[in-house]
Amino acid sequence: MFGIDPVTLAAALIAASTPILLAAIGELVVEKSGVLNLGVEGMMIMGAICGFIACVTTGSPWLGFVAGAAGGAALSLIFGVLTQFLLSNQVATGLALTLFGLGMSALMGEDYTGINPPLTPKLFPEALRQLEVVGPILFGHDLIVYLSVALVAAVAWGLARTRTGLIIRAVGENHDAAHSLGYKVIRIRILAILFGGACAGLGGAYLSLVRVPSWTEGMTAGAGWIALAIVVFASWRPWRALIGAYLFGGIAALQLRLQAAQIDIPVALLDASPYIVTIIVLVIISTDRTRAALNAPAALGRVFHASG
Amino acid sequence: MTAFLDIAGLTKAYPGVVANDDVSFAIQPGEVHALLGENGAGKSTMVKMIYGLVRPDAGHMTLRGQPYAPSEPSAARAAGVAMVFQHFSLFEALDVAENVTLGMEKPPRMRDLARRIAEVSETYGLPLDPGRKVGDLSAGERQRVEIIRCLLQDPKLLIMDEPTSVLTPQEVEILFHTLRKLSAEGTAILYISHKLEEIRALCDAATILRRGKVVGSCTPREVSAAEMAEMMVGKSLSAPRRAATEAGPPLLHVQNLNLTPATPFGTPLRNIGFTVHAGEVLGIGGVAGNGQDELLAALSGETLSARGSVSLDDEDISQMGPDARRERGLCSAPEERIGHAAAPDMSLTENAVLTAKLRRGLAHGGFIDWRAAEDFAREVIASFDVRTPGPQVAARALSGGNLQKYVIGREMLQDPRVLVVNQPTWGVDASAAASIRQAILDLAGSGSAVLVISQDLDELLEISDRFAALNEGRLSAPKDARGLTMEQIGLMLGGAHDMHEAEVVHASA
Repeated sequence: MFGIDPVTLAAALIAASTPILLAAIGELVVEKSGVLNLGVEGMMIMGAICGFIACVTTGSPWLGFVAGAAGGAALSLIFGVLTQFLLSNQVATGLALTLFGLGMSALMGEDYTGINPPLTPKLFPEALRQLEVVGPILFGHDLIVYLSVALVAAVAWGLARTRTGLIIRAVGENHDAAHSLGYKVIRIRILAILFGGACAGLGGAYLSLVRVPSWTEGMTAGAGWIALAIVVFASWRPWRALIGAYLFGGIAALQLRLQAAQIDIPVALLDASPYIVTIIVLVIISTDRTRAALNAPAALGRVFHASG
Repeated sequence: MTAFLDIAGLTKAYPGVVANDDVSFAIQPGEVHALLGENGAGKSTMVKMIYGLVRPDAGHMTLRGQPYAPSEPSAARAAGVAMVFQHFSLFEALDVAENVTLGMEKPPRMRDLARRIAEVSETYGLPLDPGRKVGDLSAGERQRVEIIRCLLQDPKLLIMDEPTSVLTPQEVEILFHTLRKLSAEGTAILYISHKLEEIRALCDAATILRRGKVVGSCTPREVSAAEMAEMMVGKSLSAPRRAATEAGPPLLHVQNLNLTPATPFGTPLRNIGFTVHAGEVLGIGGVAGNGQDELLAALSGETLSARGSVSLDDEDISQMGPDARRERGLCSAPEERIGHAAAPDMSLTENAVLTAKLRRGLAHGGFIDWRAAEDFAREVIASFDVRTPGPQVAARALSGGNLQKYVIGREMLQDPRVLVVNQPTWGVDASAAASIRQAILDLAGSGSAVLVISQDLDELLEISDRFAALNEGRLSAPKDARGLTMEQIGLMLGGAHDMHEAEVVHASA
């Protein structure tokens, strides 16, 4: 159809989805602990520039990914301190974090435009990657792609089956009750926020080191917001977040190919399509309010203040 | 015999108030010890110190001869101290087993835990299914979750903070049976309550607190409830008086009221019907979560119901909103004070305007008459003894009991023809509760119809002319309240329903 090869499309959508998947799975854990961090976009772009600088300077993509995660986590710590210790409003702080991240990354990245980073190696040997169909789709990626899927599995298992996961859910459900049972609500939430920041930063670094690969200002272009939407779309369930991310990544990959195939649809409309789909899906999901309310963490976005 | 827990000179001060002042008492092993006092007497702060949630400013505790100073609840649990909270510390979206494991120090694997929950609930007669979501449980069942959570840790001291306030008489019996069994096995119990008859029935010793200080101790079986009440309050209380009035014409009439709940954990209303006459108090009893909130919302106008289901003076008001109903003389006060009866961050004056603007003429042509509003707020504060610096204070800053007096007073002073209140004296201390009850009776005496929804059965028996029970969204036929016994009421409230639950658990085990 339109000269688009489904195998390369599938391979491309997986790569295109990885940044938002990483950011979404991190934000999912944050929201499960009862914190709404709207600064995903800012943390992603900080991860993108920190990762890029580290990678270009050291020549190692792996150090780049570590630096990206660290950059995102560092920015999220600002959010954590402001909202958890100084009890600031989470929505306003999250928005400010996005603006701060965008500005800060532009400043840090001034001297890095127009440079190509060292290539990130593929994980599997050439022979496997040359296989028909499954080669490009299953074996044609780098470590981070597999890591992102493993992370989804780990978060899904961890939240549902482990005690740590249960405590995170409990804190997000009723922080007063968790506090009276002796759980350290603020410490748990700070750790969740750091995890979310590191995931978003890693996603950002994947964007600047593998997806694009180069640095341009504002290169996340709303990926963070899509990640936030995916968490709601997934009704806070990790595997559904994977489906959501691949769906949105698929639309993004498809619209590029439709443009290349000179299909007679306005480019602007194709560019906007992932966002339009996001809005439509959110509207559909939020029509059933009782079901959405059942899955949402009950303490989401509420300020916790320990009183005597 | 050495005391299990010896408390010596514990003091804790908060800015502006000394919650506990040099409190000393001792709990023996296997003893059921009552801690008595009014709201604000310092009972909760006391137990929070024992449970490690609050650190005392001065004084020390000795547990089994060893110094005891828990820095956090897990230290207290490790020392064998467990606590059942007044406001349940449960997570509605999690299931029973998950809730239980969250309160344990060394939780077993989930599979073993489910088995142990079944064992303990068998041993102590507390039927409970480990797989059910807590949000779907009744208040009594929720309390069982808390108790089982404590019992699984084999505590040596069990603290119970106001455990019976949400239970039916039958559930109270089951609870007391469990507690006596525990006490016979050597577990000490610290029992906090202001229900004197319960304490006389259950406790071996009592320490009475007033304004943070120990004002006396007694053996509850040997003194009368009135004597304990006097120690607690510092003066003798008079029972409310009611003028003997003949019931007048019917004012509020409800028939075939059916509603589906708006929230996932709500209760549907099923075919509710009753009539309240002028000069009458109709009491509606029931355990929390059986449709009280939904019934209040349907009467106040927050939820609209089918045409013809709610009428006032023979006029159908079922499709009218709250303001239209207020205009016609139906005022209401919901249970939840913060965020429902009052907007927490608005001042008392602003809160007065919110419901009283029509009947008290506080707004003209879209503009608020602030002077009149403030005068009205002051009137409420003065007539209902609301302790606050003034009407400019935010509603959130008032203590629960004071805000309750304010929201009840706000509705009563609008001279309603029909007043609907849910839990009018919830969290209000004994003397203030008595004055609210007196005000309800006076309002009925002046010819208004009053509908009181409450979980406090003693209260309902004291003030109602007729009594009906709400159970799973169904209302029993109202009966004359005079001469009703607790047993009859318990059956009306659905004691039989609980037996039914027990069978279900056995069948699935």
